[in-house]
Amino acid sequence: MRLRNHLRGGAVVAAVALTVSACSAQAGGGDTSGEGEVAGEITVITQRTDIVDTVFQEYKAEFEAEYPDVTVNFEAITDYEGEIAVRMNTDDYGDVLLIPNSVQPDQFATFFEPLGSVEEMGQEYRLVEEKAYDGQVYGLSITVNTQGLVYNKKVWEEAGITDLPATPDEFLDDLRAISQNTDAVPYYTNYADGWPLSQWDGNRGAMGDPAYQNTHVAHSDTPWAEDEWHGISDGLLYDVVAEGLSEEDPTTTNWEESKTLLGTGQVATMLLGSWAITQMRQAAEDAGGSAEDIGYMPFPYQVDGTFHAQVAGDYKNAINVNSEHKAAARAWIDWFAKESGYAHDEGGISPLLDGPMPETLGDFEAAGVEYVELEPAPQGKESYEADVVAAAEIDLYGNIYRQQLVDVARGAGGGDKESFFADLNQRWADARASVGE
Amino acid sequence: MAVLTGVLARGRTSGSGRGPGHGLPVTPWLFLIVPLGLLVLFTYVPVANMVWYGFTSWDGLDPVKEPVGLDNYVRIFTDPQMFEVFFVSLYYLAGAAVQLVLALYFATVLSFDTRFRNFFKGVLFFPYLINGVAIGLVFLFLLRPGGTLDATLALVGVSEPPQWLGDPSLVNVSLAATSVWRYLGLNFVLFLGAIQSIPGELYEAADLDGATSWQKFRYIIAPAIRPIIGLTTILAISGSLSVFEIPWIMTGGANGSTTFVIQTVQQAFQFNKFGLASAMAVVLLLIVLLVTWIQRRLFPDERVDLT
Repeated sequence: MRLRNHLRGGAVVAAVALTVSACSAQAGGGDTSGEGEVAGEITVITQRTDIVDTVFQEYKAEFEAEYPDVTVNFEAITDYEGEIAVRMNTDDYGDVLLIPNSVQPDQFATFFEPLGSVEEMGQEYRLVEEKAYDGQVYGLSITVNTQGLVYNKKVWEEAGITDLPATPDEFLDDLRAISQNTDAVPYYTNYADGWPLSQWDGNRGAMGDPAYQNTHVAHSDTPWAEDEWHGISDGLLYDVVAEGLSEEDPTTTNWEESKTLLGTGQVATMLLGSWAITQMRQAAEDAGGSAEDIGYMPFPYQVDGTFHAQVAGDYKNAINVNSEHKAAARAWIDWFAKESGYAHDEGGISPLLDGPMPETLGDFEAAGVEYVELEPAPQGKESYEADVVAAAEIDLYGNIYRQQLVDVARGAGGGDKESFFADLNQRWADARASVGE
Repeated sequence: MAVLTGVLARGRTSGSGRGPGHGLPVTPWLFLIVPLGLLVLFTYVPVANMVWYGFTSWDGLDPVKEPVGLDNYVRIFTDPQMFEVFFVSLYYLAGAAVQLVLALYFATVLSFDTRFRNFFKGVLFFPYLINGVAIGLVFLFLLRPGGTLDATLALVGVSEPPQWLGDPSLVNVSLAATSVWRYLGLNFVLFLGAIQSIPGELYEAADLDGATSWQKFRYIIAPAIRPIIGLTTILAISGSLSVFEIPWIMTGGANGSTTFVIQTVQQAFQFNKFGLASAMAVVLLLIVLLVTWIQRRLFPDERVDLT
C-alpha cells in the first residue's frame, strides 16, 4: 500500500499551503451546510485506491441503509495531491473531498463549505482548528495520527537494549549496538521514495510546547540550531547516516520492501507516523513473524523527564462549495467520523474527542508519553510558515532538502554538518526577511 | 454522402478550368476547420496560457493570477541554482553522441546482408517499445547494490563494484546509459529507413569501381542520409536538455541527478510556483528553438543529390 505517500508531513501545521497569493476568499456568511434534504447522489473522492472497492463499499452499504435517499459514489485518485489541485480549477471536484495540502487557509472559503464554528465543532471533534479560517471549520480529520519510530523489538532486544533511548545520543548508542551485535541495518531512511523523509518534520510536539511553531520554526532565524527542533531532528538523521548506521545505498531503497525488511528484522528502526504500525504488523505477519515484534517508540527526546508526541489530523473531509447535495455530503462526513470506524481500523486516534485510543499505541501508554496538540497559527499568520518555506525553497514538508542532507552525510555531496546547516539557516533567515514578519 | 461527393466533385473540377471566383477556394478551408481547430485548441491555447502564467505568481489554485512582470525570468537568469542543472544535461548529451554513433553503425551493418539481420533489428528496436516506467524500474533493480549487474560482475571477478546510483560521480552516467539503451532503437530505425531508400545500383557501381565498405559509407551512405542525421541530432540535443522520465523514476532527481525539467516539476508541484515553473518551461522551449536555429544555420538543409 502506497497510500501514505500522499500524507507527506501529515502532521504538519495548519498552514501547509505554499505560495503567497491574493486573498480573494471570504467566509461564507452564516451559511450552514446542514440545510436541505439529506438526499441525492454524492461523489466522494478518496486517496485510498487500495480499499475503495472493498472497505469503502461496506461503508457505502451501511451509510445508505441509514440514509436510504442518498446514493454514494466513490472516486479514488492515486496521485491525490497532484490531480485534485488541477480539478479544483473547475467546479467539478466531487461533493466530498479531502482538503489538499496545497490549499491555503485564506482560500478555504473559495473551495469548501464551512462546517460550523471552531467553538461549536471543537466540542465534539479533535483538531478542528487545523483546517479552520476566520473561526470557521472547513474539514474534519478522517483519522488522527501521532509520531514516533517503528522498530523491531526482537532486534533491539537481541542487541541487548532494554530501555527506550531518551536522548539523541542514547539513540545513536543503541543503533551502534544494533550494528555491532546483530545483522540488521539499524536505521532505514527510505530515501528513494522520498516521502518517508518528510515524516521527520511532523513531530514538533516532541519539544513539549504546544505553542512551539508560533514561537520557533518560521519565527526563528536559526531553526537548524542545535537546540531547535529541526536542528535536533535533522541533526540526528545526519548523525545516523554519517556514522553508517543506515542502509548501504540509500538511492535504491523501496518502501514496499522496507515493510518486509522491518517485519523480518533485517531493518531495526524507521521513523514514521503511527499510521504505519498496522501496516508493519501486517508485513511482519505476512513474513512469518508476529505482530508482537513491532514496537513503537517516541522520538528520543525528553522534556523534564517525559516523552512528548505530537498528535495531528490526517487528511480532512470537506464539502465542495459548488455541491448540489450539501446536506447529503454533510451527513457522509459526520457519519464517516462517528460511525465508519475508519480511524480505528487504521490504528489511528479517533477524530472524536471522546473516541477510543487505539491499542496500537499501547507502547506509548507504557512509556508515559504525553500527547501534544500544537496550537494553530494566530489569525493573519496562518500562511506565514508556508510563505517562508516557499521563499526559502526548503521543503520542510517534502524530501528534497532531506535527501541532500543524507547525501552530504554519507559523503556524496560537498560540505559537512556545520556548513550544510549553516546554509539552511542562512537561506531561512533570508527568506524570512523577504517575506517580512 | 451525396453532399460529400458533390463537394469532392466540385473541388476536383475547380482546378480544371471553371476557374476561381466561384466561391470554391473556400472548400479546402472547410476541410481544414476541424484539424486547425484541434491544433489551436490543444496546442496554441495551452502554450499561450503557459506564457501568460509565466508572467504571474500563480500558485496553481488561486482564482486570481497576480501579474508580476518579468520577475520569474529575472529569477531564472540570475539564480545560479536554476542553471546549474544544465550541467547534468551534458552527461545526456555525451550519451546522445554515443547513441547516434552506435545507431549509425548498427544501421549500416544491418542494411547489408548480415546473418540473422532481422533478429538483430528486433533486438535493437525492442527497448524503444517498452514503457519508460518499466525500464526505470527494471534498471533500478539491475543497478542496486547486489543487483543483477553486481552479481554478473562478481562472476567475472569484480568483487567490489561501485554504487551505480549511490555514487554521485556515477549516477548521471548510469542514468544516461539507461537512456541510451532505451532510445538507441528509435535512431537505429530512422537511420535504417534512410539507408534502405538508397538505390541499390549505387552500391553496384561502387563495387565495380572497387570501393571499400568504408568508402561506400563515406561517399554514398553518409551524404544520402544527411537530413536524417541532422534531424536526429536536433532531437538528441533537445532530448538531452529536457530529460525527465528516466531520472524521475529512478532517483526522483536526488543525489545530484536533477535535470531542468525535474526542477521545473519540483517548482510547480513541491513549491506551488506555477508561475515560475511556466516561465522555466518557456525558457526551455526558447533554448531548444535556439539550438535548432543554430543547427540549421551550421548545416543548412541541402537537397540530397546522389547522381
